[in-house]
Amino acid sequence: MSGRAQRVLGVVVAAAALCVLAGVYVTSLSRSPQAAARSADLTLQTVGALGPKYDHPSWVSYLVRDRGGEWLHSTNLEVPANSLVRVTIHQYDSATGLRNPFFARPQGTVGNVIQVDGKTVDVIDPTLTSHTFAIPQLGVFVPLPGVADNAPNQCDAAPCTSAQAHRTITFTFRTGRAGRYRWQCFVPCAAGFLTGFGGPMQGFGYMDGYLNVV
Amino acid sequence: MSRFARRLVGFNLLTAVVLAVAGYLFGAWLGDRISAAPSLAYVAETGENDVSLVLGYLLGVVGFLVGLGAANYPIRRVLGYPPSLPQPEADGIGRYFRFFPDHKVVGLQYLVGVGLFFFIAGVNAMLIRLELLRPEQSIFPPDKYLTVVGLHGSMMMGVMTSAVLGPFGNYLVPLMIGARRSAFPRLEALSFWLLVAADVILLTAVALGGFQTGWTGYAPLSGQGAYGIDAYLCFFALIGLSMTLLGLNLTATVVTMRASGLGWGRLPIFVWGVVTTAAMMVLAAPVLIVALLLVLLDRTAQTSFFVQSLGGSSYLFENLFWFFGHPEVYLLALPGMGILLQLLPVFTRKPLWGYRLAVAGMLGIALISFTVWQHHLFVSGLAADLRPFYMLSTELISIPTGFVFVAALGTLWAGRIRLTVPMLFCLAWIFNFLIGGLTGIYQSDVPSDVTAHGSFFVLAHFHYTIMGGLVFTFFAAVYYWLPKMTGYALSERWGKVHFWLMFLGFNSTFLPLFVVGLLGMPRRVVTYPERFEFLNAWASISAFVLGFSMLVFLANLVYSLLIARTPAEENPWHSTSVEWQTSSPPPPHNFDRVPVIGDPHDYGIAPAGSSP
Amino acid sequence: MRLSRDFARVLVIWVVASAIATPVVAIFLTPDLPPGIATDDAAGQQVDNEVLTAVATPVVLLIVIFLAYVLIVFRQQGSAIEEGPRVYGHAGAQTVWIVASTAIVLGLFAFGTFRLLEAGAAGGGQGPSPLSPLHAVGGESVLPVQVIGQQWQFTYRYPTYDGLQTPHLVLPVGRPVELHVTSLDVVHSFWAYGLGVKADANPGVDNVAYVKPSRVGTFDVRCAELCGIWHGYMFDTGRVVGERSFEAWIKDQQRIFAPVQKYLPPYSDTYLPAPQGRAG
Repeated sequence: MSGRAQRVLGVVVAAAALCVLAGVYVTSLSRSPQAAARSADLTLQTVGALGPKYDHPSWVSYLVRDRGGEWLHSTNLEVPANSLVRVTIHQYDSATGLRNPFFARPQGTVGNVIQVDGKTVDVIDPTLTSHTFAIPQLGVFVPLPGVADNAPNQCDAAPCTSAQAHRTITFTFRTGRAGRYRWQCFVPCAAGFLTGFGGPMQGFGYMDGYLNVV
Repeated sequence: MSRFARRLVGFNLLTAVVLAVAGYLFGAWLGDRISAAPSLAYVAETGENDVSLVLGYLLGVVGFLVGLGAANYPIRRVLGYPPSLPQPEADGIGRYFRFFPDHKVVGLQYLVGVGLFFFIAGVNAMLIRLELLRPEQSIFPPDKYLTVVGLHGSMMMGVMTSAVLGPFGNYLVPLMIGARRSAFPRLEALSFWLLVAADVILLTAVALGGFQTGWTGYAPLSGQGAYGIDAYLCFFALIGLSMTLLGLNLTATVVTMRASGLGWGRLPIFVWGVVTTAAMMVLAAPVLIVALLLVLLDRTAQTSFFVQSLGGSSYLFENLFWFFGHPEVYLLALPGMGILLQLLPVFTRKPLWGYRLAVAGMLGIALISFTVWQHHLFVSGLAADLRPFYMLSTELISIPTGFVFVAALGTLWAGRIRLTVPMLFCLAWIFNFLIGGLTGIYQSDVPSDVTAHGSFFVLAHFHYTIMGGLVFTFFAAVYYWLPKMTGYALSERWGKVHFWLMFLGFNSTFLPLFVVGLLGMPRRVVTYPERFEFLNAWASISAFVLGFSMLVFLANLVYSLLIARTPAEENPWHSTSVEWQTSSPPPPHNFDRVPVIGDPHDYGIAPAGSSP
Repeated sequence: MRLSRDFARVLVIWVVASAIATPVVAIFLTPDLPPGIATDDAAGQQVDNEVLTAVATPVVLLIVIFLAYVLIVFRQQGSAIEEGPRVYGHAGAQTVWIVASTAIVLGLFAFGTFRLLEAGAAGGGQGPSPLSPLHAVGGESVLPVQVIGQQWQFTYRYPTYDGLQTPHLVLPVGRPVELHVTSLDVVHSFWAYGLGVKADANPGVDNVAYVKPSRVGTFDVRCAELCGIWHGYMFDTGRVVGERSFEAWIKDQQRIFAPVQKYLPPYSDTYLPAPQGRAG
């Protein structure tokens, strides 16, 4: 092969390699947790540590129950537009406490109340809050009380089962028109990180997600 | 052992990579041992060992440099051997993959390195504009989007500071001052390989979950996050070190190694641009290293420099960072001005108009730039009573900038202008920097800054000054000096296609962004109100055109240098400057006989009746 | 000083163009400049923007006209290299340039400082002890409002209403407002576009900004300092309402948030809420 043909081949190979690298780069960045199927009935659980089956075994996280009853490690939620959405959250983590006690008052839910273990309440002790489920753009702020520190049979690996110590919180809220809204936890629950807001709180797919109203 | 295998053994890139990996593993192991201490219990809770990662990076860099052979001479000196000049042998293409203390080799290494990382950062820019094409889409989850934003900004800032001084400063300054080498060739080579190590570390941030602080890395946000931030901090600290060494070498070269008889008053204006930048670099970059080191200590050793509740202050970081950050942006502007004023005389066939004024302008910019940094903090609440002073200093800096402008305009006046590709890029500088500079005046006015600060107005302003200024003249320099540095010519026709696509694409991208900023869109956002969609979509599509123009340039470069390889004329631009009086590329010792350097910009016919 | 014919032409074109363009810009463009006139501070900032734009117009025209003239008239004809005149500078032109640029810069500095210190031109965060003499006239009618920034939502407290905390900002029209901006975690920036207010929220710092809304309406609130992954979603809409609507709104909010009132910390300029350090 002549020198020039060799060089052309070299350039083509290098260009192809660069394109492949760029493609790998872009796809790795755009990977997002898959959304659970759309439902007006959301069932979520919050765990204190994901456990060895997942990346970051020591991180707190939300999981969502799919239609088939499987627990998905995803924070991409889908709910129907212009509907009444009913949310059930099984809370398995212990309390950390709210940085801003203001969010201990449920807001944006129907009646501005939530049911905790069957009892209707309009405020929670902020120091006993473990996480929140908040959709600020819809005005929804729901505090989630924590499991007592000395409760027996605590869950330490996801997905947790109802036999393990947990609190059950239910509430309803109305969705309006379609759109993508973000939701987040407001409790500084990222254990070990400065101000408790690193790691799972700053990584999409653990304590933060999108609520896709479709 | 075969000859090829024998060549693989020794102080080269392969050894460097192997020792880098070894160093990383050793550092990580050391970090694991250290973090068994009870005060570092957070490691178990987070599942992330910052101590391991940082030590791994640092020892990995040490291993990398040792493997390259950068430590050989210091160790010899410690062992008592006498000082000696480096005597690198000419070796063909292998030189460029080694620690090679020759200013021309390092210059070309820098050109490739800068080009590669500029390309990567540019791809990230395209991804940003892709995400911002429509407000309601989410191509990247928000944490990854911020990583893309941070990568674009960090890599660009890390690369562009050295973008002119690295390739063109290192290569051309000894030639232009009639020297056979630079003052500290080993430091020069070291500064290049530090840049490479730093950028590789930054790219590993992607695999570590990314970082969500942008290129400014404000604490306490940077103290909060996960692994990727350590990569960013180590990257930038190493860049700071690379910049310091680069500046040190160039300053020493210009101050001490000018050919005998070459006084400061006859120095080519490009060298003035380089030496003012280099001296500033030496003074500003160490402050950056300190700021980042303090954040690293907060993250690993649990100090509280920036943790409010334990006596620290977020203001401390902002001050340290911007004390570096503001001279930094003039580090980006000055070399561009040096290139502009060096090239204009060649393509107008007149001497540089107002040489002393231009030099005064560059010196003025360099000095005043250290006194303006609080203008990044106008609404922060810090030292609000001092704002009039900083308003004054920021506005004052436009006076020396004006000197450079008037020198350019005076050189153009009554000249015989040739619109070659380098000249087109230089003319674009004048237009772009005018807009960039004027929009800076808006922000120096505190009441006006209340709207502009932290918005896309600022973003458009600095893209106009950095990209519209420095990057345009960087390309002028590439088209102009590549025939000298490689001996091959770039296609003039495709250069013009590149220029027009880039100029029109650039202005079409960033002019609308001024408007969205003034209408209320903050920076670094992944979504925006629907009413901004039209302007953002326009900017995104223009940005794709701008990105395409870079591909045109790349194709031209690769084709001309690697495939067609048409030898360039001896002096294609008919320049009288010293570097063109030797062969292309120059011999290893630069000159057979050091020329006598007269008028640095020797053009033009004296008016009849006047003395020459 | 004798001007060459070319230079005289450029000057004439520039003077005529500026004489036309500057009033056009001043009359038609500047009323729409940000941030609008819904508050005294915003209106003051708009004046600054108007003046700067009016000064910038002739500068831009000068450079653009000069460049265009040079590129049309002084081109090399043909492909042979022609030499230009060997001119190294011109003392008169340099002097004029230095004097003019210095005068413009110092003038703009004086103007900006005067506007900064005069009542109504603030709106930017001034730190815990603002020197600006404005709103000393406010007296008892000044309404203090605290803006609390945290990741990733602004909340607001009204100390003169028992430290009531609300998720949205509502202000009464016609009263000077003293905003106290602080943060609970990282650096944010409270940017109320229509109010003409931007003040950084730093943890442990009380950043004061003054504003006096002069018309009823809504305004965008956005965070203007990167604070983490939802920085782009940290926005809100605030309202300026009539005095009676404001009182009614306060009562309504007090009713809604009565259950959590006992849990709120006492009103303070800054907070260091637990958990502060590493959680968990």
